[in-house]
Amino acid sequence: MAPNENLLEVRDLKMHFPFRSGSLLSEKKGFIYAVDGVNFAIRKGETLGLVGESGCGKSTTLRAIAQLHKPTGGEVMLNGQDLVKLSRDNLIKARKSMQLVFQDPYASLNPRMTSGEIISEPLRIYKKRGVLDISQQEINDRVELLMERVGLSRYFKNRYPHEFSGGQRQRIGIARALALKPDLILCDEPVSALDVSIQAQILNLFKDLQDEFQLTYLFVAHDLSVIEYISTRVAVMYLGAIMEISASIDLYKNPLHPYTQALLSAAPIPDPVIERKRQRIILTGDVPSPDKKRTCCYFHDRCSKRMDKCSASIPTLHEVGTDHNVACFLYHD
Amino acid sequence: MTDDVILQVKDLKTYFKLDEGLLKAVDGVSFDIKKGRTLGIVGESGSGKSVTNLAIMKLIPSPPGWIAGGEVLLHGKDILKMSDTEIREIRGNKISMIFQDPMTCLNPFLRISTQMIETIVLHQGLDKKAAKDKAIEMLKLAGIPAPEKRIDQYPHQFSGGMRQRVMIAMALSCNPEILIADEPTTALDVTIQAQILELINELSERLGTAVILITHSLGVVAGMCDEICVMYAGRIVEKANADQIFGEPKHPYTMGLIKSVPRLDKTTKERLYSIPGQPPNVINLPDCCPFFPRCEYAKDICKQKYPPVSGISTGRSVACWLYGGGN
Repeated sequence: MAPNENLLEVRDLKMHFPFRSGSLLSEKKGFIYAVDGVNFAIRKGETLGLVGESGCGKSTTLRAIAQLHKPTGGEVMLNGQDLVKLSRDNLIKARKSMQLVFQDPYASLNPRMTSGEIISEPLRIYKKRGVLDISQQEINDRVELLMERVGLSRYFKNRYPHEFSGGQRQRIGIARALALKPDLILCDEPVSALDVSIQAQILNLFKDLQDEFQLTYLFVAHDLSVIEYISTRVAVMYLGAIMEISASIDLYKNPLHPYTQALLSAAPIPDPVIERKRQRIILTGDVPSPDKKRTCCYFHDRCSKRMDKCSASIPTLHEVGTDHNVACFLYHD
Repeated sequence: MTDDVILQVKDLKTYFKLDEGLLKAVDGVSFDIKKGRTLGIVGESGSGKSVTNLAIMKLIPSPPGWIAGGEVLLHGKDILKMSDTEIREIRGNKISMIFQDPMTCLNPFLRISTQMIETIVLHQGLDKKAAKDKAIEMLKLAGIPAPEKRIDQYPHQFSGGMRQRVMIAMALSCNPEILIADEPTTALDVTIQAQILELINELSERLGTAVILITHSLGVVAGMCDEICVMYAGRIVEKANADQIFGEPKHPYTMGLIKSVPRLDKTTKERLYSIPGQPPNVINLPDCCPFFPRCEYAKDICKQKYPPVSGISTGRSVACWLYGGGN
């Protein structure tokens, strides 16, 4: 593969959830537009950070890519195959190169399995389905190798999840994701449940593994400084759509979208001298509910630079600099 | 200076008796709260920061917990020796608290008005009508739009940020001298966090309330606090003003903590420093420095004895053998 080739392409991905509310007689039906037309590509070997506030659809995007939710519309191209259209058997084969790491290391590990069983489970499943030809001895060796690689002693493989701390459990989750030698790992807030000192250890582990196994990450988080540290490129989501996508350094130095600017100025910096000098852009109000079909800019009701046309039509992503795309009428028509 | 001190916590100890052994959640914590100032308490989970503040309000569930020693002096009177009736006069009136998750602190069956009026009638002796006016005024101060209408709604009709505003309005409705905010923004998004922190800052300045801010986020304390206590395994390892903590941290744990946070304003992508190892299990902790297995400066004495708290300069102290035994 050429170094700049796209590993994953997401085209016009939509994930709408139907809902019902009201009483029996005055029932209202509608959709939650959780993800509403998202486009991006991830190049081989890079980390794309997906950042946004709760309810903006970042986890749903990730789940729709993994086909854990069947998307309402759009394409998810992994290695040239559209995952949305694949049959169940083919999807299982294709998923081998795409694994997940979850947020909550307490909920995402089966408490009745030992850590060795948890890490080997993907291997055993693929062996049973006849996709993978691997002997029991090879599985055992792989598990021990993986445990040592993520910083756990191989002697812990007969222990149960409750015997591990939060950081160690997240290491088990990472080892499990690595078991099938995937190309792409989808990480859903993998460090937000961890303490500061452990968070740094896990972030460094992600970086080391990326160098060693040439992994590609889609990294979802709400913490802007974590995203800045881990990502090559960053996409900022709001209300189910991408507002701005750019190389990480560029985005933090030169944020263009008013929402990105507000988000960055709201993030605290651990330095009192800088904090005293900073001018915050404080947004008013809350994120609106995504239960209406949008016909105008998603951010227009909270935006300080609102113009007339913002409430008339939806701005689309446009390239405004090298590898810097923004969906805002301030920068294009 | 000493006249400004509202609350003095002296050598506070809170232990829990568990099946596994004795858990010293808080083990000899001392600090002062001055009028109108903000004190930050930072630490990782299990470091005892929340238990410290529950102990101040005498809210430790007993059994299994009990306050094993120390004093909490509010204007010179020890809260820990007060009777239940006396302490009810203080809770919500002189000292009030807001918590991490506003949904679990508001009664979902009662309207906001019922919950707020109850507190105000109880502590301020106003009649219901006047109490409702006061409640509306507080909600307005806390930035709730159309408070006359919103006050008759139920908690589920508010968003997370709005609920936290209601909690703040409720907590400040009796003009307390001290507001204890226990992780007030952890459940909120960054933009909402900025709103809430701004609100706490503004109201505490206007009403002259002292604030104890408990958080695990170094960014939040840097922006909010005058003084900072760093807690580790039930003790304060370093206490100083914000500029000193972030400018020249003394304790190896504080140093490591500050270096291990990724920063937005640093564009160089150098590798993050990480403190090796795991936070200690505080059950049956031996009498040594609990940080020594993770410390790069550990000496022999660190494994034998807990370091005494040594004062470095006025208002600044650190508990570490690197800075001598004693003074």
